[in-house]
Amino acid sequence: MTTRTVTRPNEAGTALVLEAGTIAAGRARGLPLRREGPDKLTGAAKYADDLVFPGAWYGATIRSTEARARLVAIEPDPMLDWSTVVLVTAADIPGDNVVSGIQDDQPVLVPVGGEIRHHAEPLALLAAPDKATLRRFKAAVKVVTEVLPPVFDPEASDHVFAHYEIGTGDLQAGFAEAHIVLEGEYRVGHQEQLYIEGQAMIAVPGEAGEIAVHGSLQCPYYVHKALMRSLGLDARQARVVQAETGGAFGGKEEYPSIIAVHAALLASKCGKPVRMIYDRHEDIAATTKRHPAIVRHRTGVTRDGRLVAQDIEVIMDGGAYCTLTPVVLSRGALHSGGPYRCPNVRIRARATRTNTPPNGAFRGFGAPQTEFAAETQLNRLAEQLVMSPAEIRARNVYAIGDTTPTGQVLKESVAGEEVLRLAVEGSNFERIRDETAHELGERRGANVMPPGPLRTTLDRTATGIGLALAWHGAGFTGSGEVHLGSVASVELDAEGRIRVLIASTEMGQGTKTIFPMLVAAELGVPVDAVEVAPQDTAFVPDSGPTVASRTAMVVGGLCIDAARRLKAEVERDNPDRTFADLYVDHGKTKGPTRIDQKFEPYPGITFDDETYRGDAYPAFGWAAAVARVEIDLDTAEVSVKEVLAVDDVGKVIHPILCEGQVEGGTLQAVGYATIEEMKLQDGRYLNDRLATYLIPTALDAPQIRTILVEAPFSGAPHGAKGVGELPMDVGAPAVVAAIADAVGVWITDLPATPEKILAALADAGGPPRRGRVSAA
Amino acid sequence: MSGYRFLVNGAPAEVDVPGMRRLLDVLREDLGLTGTKEGCGEGECGACSVILDGQVVDACLVPIAQVEGRIVRTVEGLSLAARERGALDALQEAFLETGGAQCGICTPGMLMAARAYLDGGGTDDDESIREAIAGNLCRCTGYTKIVEAIALVAGASGTAG
Repeated sequence: MTTRTVTRPNEAGTALVLEAGTIAAGRARGLPLRREGPDKLTGAAKYADDLVFPGAWYGATIRSTEARARLVAIEPDPMLDWSTVVLVTAADIPGDNVVSGIQDDQPVLVPVGGEIRHHAEPLALLAAPDKATLRRFKAAVKVVTEVLPPVFDPEASDHVFAHYEIGTGDLQAGFAEAHIVLEGEYRVGHQEQLYIEGQAMIAVPGEAGEIAVHGSLQCPYYVHKALMRSLGLDARQARVVQAETGGAFGGKEEYPSIIAVHAALLASKCGKPVRMIYDRHEDIAATTKRHPAIVRHRTGVTRDGRLVAQDIEVIMDGGAYCTLTPVVLSRGALHSGGPYRCPNVRIRARATRTNTPPNGAFRGFGAPQTEFAAETQLNRLAEQLVMSPAEIRARNVYAIGDTTPTGQVLKESVAGEEVLRLAVEGSNFERIRDETAHELGERRGANVMPPGPLRTTLDRTATGIGLALAWHGAGFTGSGEVHLGSVASVELDAEGRIRVLIASTEMGQGTKTIFPMLVAAELGVPVDAVEVAPQDTAFVPDSGPTVASRTAMVVGGLCIDAARRLKAEVERDNPDRTFADLYVDHGKTKGPTRIDQKFEPYPGITFDDETYRGDAYPAFGWAAAVARVEIDLDTAEVSVKEVLAVDDVGKVIHPILCEGQVEGGTLQAVGYATIEEMKLQDGRYLNDRLATYLIPTALDAPQIRTILVEAPFSGAPHGAKGVGELPMDVGAPAVVAAIADAVGVWITDLPATPEKILAALADAGGPPRRGRVSAA
Repeated sequence: MSGYRFLVNGAPAEVDVPGMRRLLDVLREDLGLTGTKEGCGEGECGACSVILDGQVVDACLVPIAQVEGRIVRTVEGLSLAARERGALDALQEAFLETGGAQCGICTPGMLMAARAYLDGGGTDDDESIREAIAGNLCRCTGYTKIVEAIALVAGASGTAG
């Protein structure tokens, strides 16, 4: 394995080790700066709400206030003059009243007589020339409903969106071989993406029935498809233009399709541009969240720490409509055993419908939920075995040649051992763990104040250290990429300019910076010589959605291949000269050359969607995290002081941007572990504002150190496996392990709030709490 | 209704709007200064941070009536001097170099909070910087590189930014 470690510059800021023997001086020097950075830093960048369309009206959505009901009538107040505004109901939808997705279960608007399935579900739309009029008329629409009994418990729901069973070996034989069998149940709740720019979409009607939407979105062609379908437009009549996008994290994967269709319906009815800009309250109340999950483990392990049996049950709460739930569940199930070899495995997973707002994509896409459970279960097993968490991982982590539960043989690009070793060494894990164990022992020995075992008259805080390890399937699950058949293009135009044409969007991760780097490197031209075309369906091909950490790996790979072909073509007649010498003249004399590169299946990678056998992912990324926490012994408040994140991304394209992904993902995981909690009452989010749904501030954030590792994937020309989601999988279990290390209780229900920790401590009483263990 | 007069980025402005209109709307809609962003509309996220007479405020919580006769600085005014040379100012440059801006939506507010901190003599001390930007939420960066950028500028200019 060729593993390369990219280290941070030293304290003096003098060296950034990019490749063996290549040292760039200083920070970003030697690396391209963020392409759209200057615009973002001067306020010139135009996000959707910054765009001006003269004469535009304002749009609003009339939503249900019940979790489940029959929509009996929509009654505009007859005292008002409704000719001054535009009201749209399901009856006005020219195409299908369906939000284009995996299943056709979600309406654009609930029709009269139809069933309302969640709180804040769109029932009707309104547009007015100004905001005051909009508010006045919105308050004058009466919605008549007939309440139906809702279902909120995903385990009680009889409507199953998807279910999978994955298995290998002989579970019974495995448990028979085990010396210890541990059962555990883990629960995680909703998590809000909380992009700082809310959902925003502006629809602009054309003169001949065509409609363009400009908005904050991840996937131009998802929105394009939704518009065509619901508005009854052809591919040319529907146009989607991405505005600068202020964060997304999966939250702008599928939901923007709904808003775009809403805005387009209003715009086509009133004949004016319509702005649909969600305020924060509406955004949190109505849009998708990370799926809550219940994960149950029964695990058999030998005395020497070898996993011999894993019986895993995953239940995800899909919310009221299918959205992307089957694929979220699939990824969650496939990752649920963690990155460990185990000969006997059964994974049963199902996702059901409840009367809560639909859940959807969020960084990690099902894996953070199940890997939190897997890692916490393994840490508890280590505790039972009186074995170091690092040691039990070292004994079980996948190595080259191992086989996963789907029968996938890991042939290359396996860096689990490497990231584990770097995390353990880089954090002094064992030494610090000895210290914290000693401190916990002393507090327990002192046994002075309630909660007795932990509080002494001297200690006000306890510190702990925790470790987690994860894998993350690179790109789409199974044959998703093959079905998609993405196209990316590189073009040399008639003025001698080089342009990358992709539908992959920039939402902060650095798309617009890394694509010119990849293409310029192939062509041998300066990075600045390569432009990126706007993400506008009128210009760019469908290179697939900007999701699943697939952009650098899959679309980046396509662009490299396209650039190689372009180079060969330009150099063909002049084998003695380089592309860099030739291209400007070539473009001007021979006219434009455009290379469209279509995705070809990675060689040797096959997956059967029916049986769930085969290569679930072309490769995996590997991540480890070590968290250090400090816990206030009076209040049980957790302060995460430090996280060391070690991530194998295959190939680091831009070290600073790559680190930025790891740091940001790590903090989202810390928030998931500690403070981010969505409370529901009767199917409604109670804390649907930023004053009540908390995300970490700069003071809550730990010091984050990143080590990047490169174990390249041979299927991608550059070896990249993606980075965005990896850090999200490991942060939460590392933090929860650190809490357990500090105070001796395992929090199995995220987030680990002070209330839960205090309750667990009270529960634990004197002796340290043990899991349900049966000696076999 | 009488107009409200104030200075924005060194230039006089006058708007004839209701006194309770938010400074944020006046900047964005009446003056076309869309660099200042709205993230929550209730003073939690800091995306609309501007500097009012040297102090960082959330423009979504300030009615225009309170701005009469005062001095407002927004992100558009940050690099006025530098822009003449076709460059970013030192703080913007530092954000660009360190990777302190990702999606960019919190960036204008973050820059204003950082500017006020540096103008107030803020040092490159990690904890002090984090305190200074604690009212500005960022969901992309984990704050590491933002803190690094501010420290870089504070360190380069001694104790007083």
